[in-house]
Formats: sequence, C-alpha cells, structure tokens
Amino acid sequence: MNLYHYASPTTFYRLAGGLVPWLAWAAGLLALAGLYIGFFMAPTDFQQGEAYRIIFIHVPAAWMGMFIYVVMAFWGAIGLAFNARLAFVMMRALAPTGALLTFVALWTGAVWGKPMWGTWWVWDARLTSTLILFFLYLGTLALWSAIEDTRRSDRAGALLTLFGVVNVPIILFSVVWWNTLHQGSSIGVTHAPRMATVMMVGVLTMTAAAWAYTIAVTLARARRIILERERKTEWVQRILAQEA
Amino acid sequence: MGRFLLSVVRRDLTLAARRRGDWLTALFFFVLVSSLFPLSVGPEPQLLQRIGPGVLWVAATLASLLSLPRLFEDDHRDGSLEQMLLSPSPVVGLVLGKVLAHWLVFGLPLLLVTPLLGLQFNLPAEAIAVLVFSLLLGTPILSLLGAAGAALTLGLRGGGVLITLLVLPLYVPALIFGAGAVGGILSGTGAEAHLSLLGAFFLVSFTVAPWIAAASLKVSLG
Amino acid sequence: MEWASWSEFWSMGGRGFFVWSAFGVTAVCVAAELVVLRRAASASRRRLERLQRWDAAPEGVEP
Repeated sequence: MNLYHYASPTTFYRLAGGLVPWLAWAAGLLALAGLYIGFFMAPTDFQQGEAYRIIFIHVPAAWMGMFIYVVMAFWGAIGLAFNARLAFVMMRALAPTGALLTFVALWTGAVWGKPMWGTWWVWDARLTSTLILFFLYLGTLALWSAIEDTRRSDRAGALLTLFGVVNVPIILFSVVWWNTLHQGSSIGVTHAPRMATVMMVGVLTMTAAAWAYTIAVTLARARRIILERERKTEWVQRILAQEA
Repeated sequence: MGRFLLSVVRRDLTLAARRRGDWLTALFFFVLVSSLFPLSVGPEPQLLQRIGPGVLWVAATLASLLSLPRLFEDDHRDGSLEQMLLSPSPVVGLVLGKVLAHWLVFGLPLLLVTPLLGLQFNLPAEAIAVLVFSLLLGTPILSLLGAAGAALTLGLRGGGVLITLLVLPLYVPALIFGAGAVGGILSGTGAEAHLSLLGAFFLVSFTVAPWIAAASLKVSLG
Repeated sequence: MEWASWSEFWSMGGRGFFVWSAFGVTAVCVAAELVVLRRAASASRRRLERLQRWDAAPEGVEP
C-alpha cells in the first residue's frame, strides 16, 4: 500500500466521504450501548449515589480533549516535517471538536462537583488542568483566526500546538503538585469512584463512541477544508459542477 | 555564536536606552498593579501576607508581558529582522540575544523593586529573599516563552493580547512553583522543592523555547 | 440496575438536576457541532460555486 497515495487530497476526499457514514452509525450505536450500560446496568455507587453517572460523559470527554490535542500535535509535526498539506488539514479539522469536548468535560466536571462538594467549581487537579487545556485550545484557535495567510497560519498553529504538547505534561504535573499542597485547606480531590467492572465497561464504551464521533466529525470538516483549499484544481471543480 | 549573541544584546540594549521610557513603564505597571490589591481586598496584614506572593508574581508576569509585542516588531517593521534571518548567523542566537536583552531591560528592574513591594505586603525578610530569587528564575522563563509567543504573532493585529493568551497557560508551572516557593517559606514547609522544580522548568524553557521561537520567526516571515 | 419506577429514574436519587443538565449540555453541544458543520459545508459549497462562476466568466462579463 503506497501511503503517498492516501496523501493525495483527491483520494482522501473520497475515502473520508465513504467513512463518515459508517463512523457516524458506529458512534450512535456505541453511545446508545454506553448509555444503556451507564443507566441500566451500572449499580448505584455506595459513596456518591446516582450523581456519579456523570462520569460516563465527563471521563470520555476529558480523555478525548487530551487525545485530540496530542493527535493535533502529531499531524502538525508531520505537516512541518514533510510539508504535507493534508496533515495540516487534519490538524485544523480536529481542533474545534477537541475544544468542544474539553468544554463538555469542564461543564460536566463542574456540575458533578456541586452535588459532591457543594460548590459549582472546585479547584482540583483535574478540573484545573482541563481548564488550562481549554485555554490552550482557545489560544490555537485564536492564532489561526488572526493569521490570514494559510501557509503561515498552518505552520504557526502547528508550532504552537507542538510547544503546547511538550508543556502539557509539565503543566499537569505542576497542577497536581499545586493541588496536593493545598489539599488541607480545600474540600477534596475529585476522583472517580473506585469503579466496578460494569462502570469501567460503560466508560470505555462511551469513550469508543466519542472516538468514532470525533473521527467522523473531523473527516467531514476536513473534506470541507480540502474543497476550499483546492478549489482551483480540476477535480474540485468537477465535484462542484456535479453537485451544482 | 557567542559573539553574535553579544552583539545582538548590545544592539538591543542601545536601542532600549534610546527609548528611555519603556522599562520605567513596565516598572510603574508592576508597582501600580500590586498596589491595587490592598485597595481592593483591604489592608489587613495577615491577608496581604497570604496573597502577597501570588499577587506580586502575577503582577511581575503581566508587567513583563507588556513589552513582548515589541520584541521583534521594531526590527520587523524596518526590515532589519529579515536581514538578520538571511545572514549566516544562527537564528537561535538572535532569539537568545533578544531574550537576554529583554530580560535585562524588563525583567531585572522588577527584581530591584520587589523587596519594597514585599514590605508593602508584610512579607518577612526570608520570604522576600525567596520571592526575589524565584522571580530571578521566573522572569527569564517569561522572556523565553514570550519570545516564542512574539515570534508566532509577529505583525498580527491585536498581537499583544494574543501573546498573553498564548503564553500564560504555558507559564502556569512557573507561577505555581514560584509563588509556591514563597508560600512554602511562609508556612514553614520550605521552599527547596519548589525552587528546584522552578529551576527544572527554567532549563526546559531554555532548551525548547528558543528553537520554537526561531522556527516561528521563519514561519512568520514566510 | 433495577429502577423501581420511571420517576425514580428521572429523579436520580434527588440529583436529577445535575445528572440531566450534564447530559443535556453535552447533547446540546454535540447537536450544535453537527448543525454548524452542516451549515458551514453548505455555505462553503455556495461560495465555492459562486467563485467558480466568477472564474469561468470571460473578462469583464458578469456571470
């Protein structure tokens, strides 16, 4: 299999177009399965009652926020190293979904905190680092929208994301450090309940659903970006003419 | 590269000396912002002592950030930046020279004023010493990270705010370790762990940031 | 997990507000992303087609 074949925008466009519906269905089914497990199979938690069921959204969203950022950095690195247009397209297509899922993680984490600790926001390690990750996403999106030239925009965003990815472990470490220091005065560490197998299966199913959803949405977004960027080429004009 | 670096530093210092107001502005900003906090939270000494390290760290950070947009801007506008990139001298040397000059003009003076501000926040002598030392590590980190931010946002409208948005999340570890060091002294748990972590973060920034900045300069100039 | 009744399911042991608002906001976000994606795709298509017509038109003639 010649990888460079798939690096061509034409091939990618068609391939992605074929994949999106399958992935969308997969995401839907996995989500239904995960929610069923979460609500109808997982038992009530001994310590946290029913409110813990929020983890079936919070944990997958938080994981995805992190994964997507790393994958963005990966594509950015590929784009910079091989000057591959498609890599940059993938990087940019991933960002909005990553930011959105990080926001969902923040929101659900906060909502989970209220019944647990009585406040709408807890400065614990997890929520705080999710907040900083959200800032990193916003920064990258802001940088892209501020630069008009596509080439510079792609590369600057790739460099920023790479810089961010290197820093993220340090940021995470420092936030955990900060949190353990202040633990005495604060309310407590938000942690997932020690999970029974059923709960774990539910979380993993939802995570798989989130993955399928992310890839589907990203590929769809990437297709649109490719059409816009390659609009002067013959194959795009053919497609536009076909669908006019 | 050493001589190139020194020549960059010397050039930037000469240019900064001609615009004498700049470093004073950053200094005044530092003092002014710090003074706002007692005004807004009340003058109670215990409270001020608790928030002092954090407030002074954040104020120093913001004061340093003020001057970052201009790091490459002036040279960019008159075309000399492009010339410097075309020359055979390593771009990383250019970045390091500018970072050093920036820190000397905008970071170091803050350290001189910090003890006075520390007294305003009722910090004991030992805490002030640790505060100054932590800022001694922290302000160059900011200059380093800020250089990468400035290189990425070169020539963009709204560059100043954008640099802040980009740099501050990456700067969080320095803030945590630096302010935490002073907090450690105040609470009696000691500052060593924090300061070593801060030092480690400085080393990481020193290793990574100049390369990112150099690559960003090439990207920004096309 | 056996729920004694639907009302018990909705109330989630008294935490219904939190659980359902968490899932609700998520659903809204996902829906919003899909809607925005759709809209952006069709807007992009229209713009590209218009640009294509402009490009194809001979000099000085309005398409």
